[in-house]
Amino acid sequence: MKQFIMEHTYEVKAGDYVVAGEASSSIKGLLKKLGISGDIVRRMAIAAYEAEMNLVIHSEGGHLILKISPAELLLISQDEGPGIPDIDLAMEEGYSTAPDEAREMGFGAGMGLANIKRCADEFNIKSSVGIGTKVEVKIYI
Amino acid sequence: MAEYYHSVTLDKDKCRGCTNCIKRCPTEAIRVREGKARIIAERCIDCGECIRVCPYHAKIAVTDPLSSIDRFQYKIALPAPALYGQFKDVTDINDILYALKGLGFDYVYEVARGADYTTAFVKEKLKEGHIKRPLISSACPAIVRLIQVRFPELLANIVSVESPMEIAAQLARREFSEKRGVSEEDIGVFFITPCAAKMTSIKSPIGRERSSVDGAISMLDIYGALSSKIGDTPNTGELQKASAYGVGWANSSGESSALSIERYLAVDGIQNVIYVLEEIENNKFPDLDFFEGLACTGGCVGGPLTFENGFVAKNRIRTLAKDLENHQITGEELSSVRHSIEWEFTESVQPKPVMKLDDDLSLAVKKMETMDKIYESLPGLDCGSCGSPNCRTLAEDIVQGEASELDCIFKLREKVKDLAKEMIELAEKIPTGRHEEDDGK
Repeated sequence: MKQFIMEHTYEVKAGDYVVAGEASSSIKGLLKKLGISGDIVRRMAIAAYEAEMNLVIHSEGGHLILKISPAELLLISQDEGPGIPDIDLAMEEGYSTAPDEAREMGFGAGMGLANIKRCADEFNIKSSVGIGTKVEVKIYI
Repeated sequence: MAEYYHSVTLDKDKCRGCTNCIKRCPTEAIRVREGKARIIAERCIDCGECIRVCPYHAKIAVTDPLSSIDRFQYKIALPAPALYGQFKDVTDINDILYALKGLGFDYVYEVARGADYTTAFVKEKLKEGHIKRPLISSACPAIVRLIQVRFPELLANIVSVESPMEIAAQLARREFSEKRGVSEEDIGVFFITPCAAKMTSIKSPIGRERSSVDGAISMLDIYGALSSKIGDTPNTGELQKASAYGVGWANSSGESSALSIERYLAVDGIQNVIYVLEEIENNKFPDLDFFEGLACTGGCVGGPLTFENGFVAKNRIRTLAKDLENHQITGEELSSVRHSIEWEFTESVQPKPVMKLDDDLSLAVKKMETMDKIYESLPGLDCGSCGSPNCRTLAEDIVQGEASELDCIFKLREKVKDLAKEMIELAEKIPTGRHEEDDGK
């Protein structure tokens, strides 16, 4: 099995636009420092940013967890609700449930999950209404 | 060693070891060690920020002295358009160009004319569908080097068209040699530069093996001499040929305006450029065709080797350009130079991943973990007294064996305090005289 040699957890608060983007920016900085190649850093940075914004806009708070093995990067986004009733619909480009507050700030175009999937080599999403959503993004090194 | 030539250097005697330059360096390329600043050659991009902020003028740009033109039988000056903004009361650019002849140059070719050609070539590139968007301007060598060091993923976006200076140098040399019937080898071509980065790009060019320019003379160095020649040298009105667009390159967004496109972004000031490059890397500008990033505030008019206040110069350039024609290079003009000069990069721009912790991922991870631990133990004041720009960089320097934890004055204070405490404790254990007396009995 793949051995993770590093793990970092970032807390993301719901509705906090002041620090929104800092976790994904740290992830990008960390990967660059580790010498991960540019294209991979870029894809992970985009996926992490979209996941982070999803946590800020849609969730009741959660975590981004980055795991690194010599073969792959794994990003897990785990929140504490509210969960997605229809995942297929949520994955559709342009579909969004973002509140007006987020839309006024230019977010909520309904591209988030689709963008994350586009960046991933393996993509997994599980959600239960009332419990939470878990998104997994794997990018091979 | 040619790879690490830098125009920006330190005058050790003037350096007082303060923290101004280490804090402002965009690539964290400066440390203060043993009371003096030290530039890490691999990281320095010659942007000149440190020259600007050093209160003791200890950071200098090495350029060629005016006397160096005498190495050649024939001398050509290539004034950067920013030069036009340096002089009060000049209403005709020709006055400045002829004044350069007064300094000993045989011919003057405007880099702004080179800019007209660069614009035309970049326009063609913009029409090619397969090139990564946004195209990133290659005009500012400090920004190209910044991308090499900090944004290697964006190297493919850099437009592979030569800078106006390189194009102007080739055209000037050819034109003069044909006109006068002299050998190209006897001609020295000198750029009149507003910045250190251009000097570096002549000595160790990016995108080509050798520069067509023979040297760079700082605007500051010749400012006095040139001022006194203005109006004093016969002006027959023939040297000024660049368009308003070409001259406009001196200012930020000049290049973009010349391209006559809508979806561009022009950003000046290196910290602003970094901020936007981060966002481009994050795909925040999917509809952008062209990005122009200039290291100096206001563009080249804000260069560290200019004399005039950059904002004043910017206005002058605008006024001077207003009186010029807005003509663009025609297809015919372009095809006449296309095959006679090297207008495109002949070498690819390589990444310089000097910011990473280690080539080996698992070692890098280990270093990162140690670094995080050290960082936790540091005060987080980012005071710079240790000689590294901030606590995080000190942690990195310690991990890389370049610094020690006791370089942190707060850590040192703690240690001294602990030692003092230990000394007191030990002192209390020293046998007193009474004991000795007791022993004596």
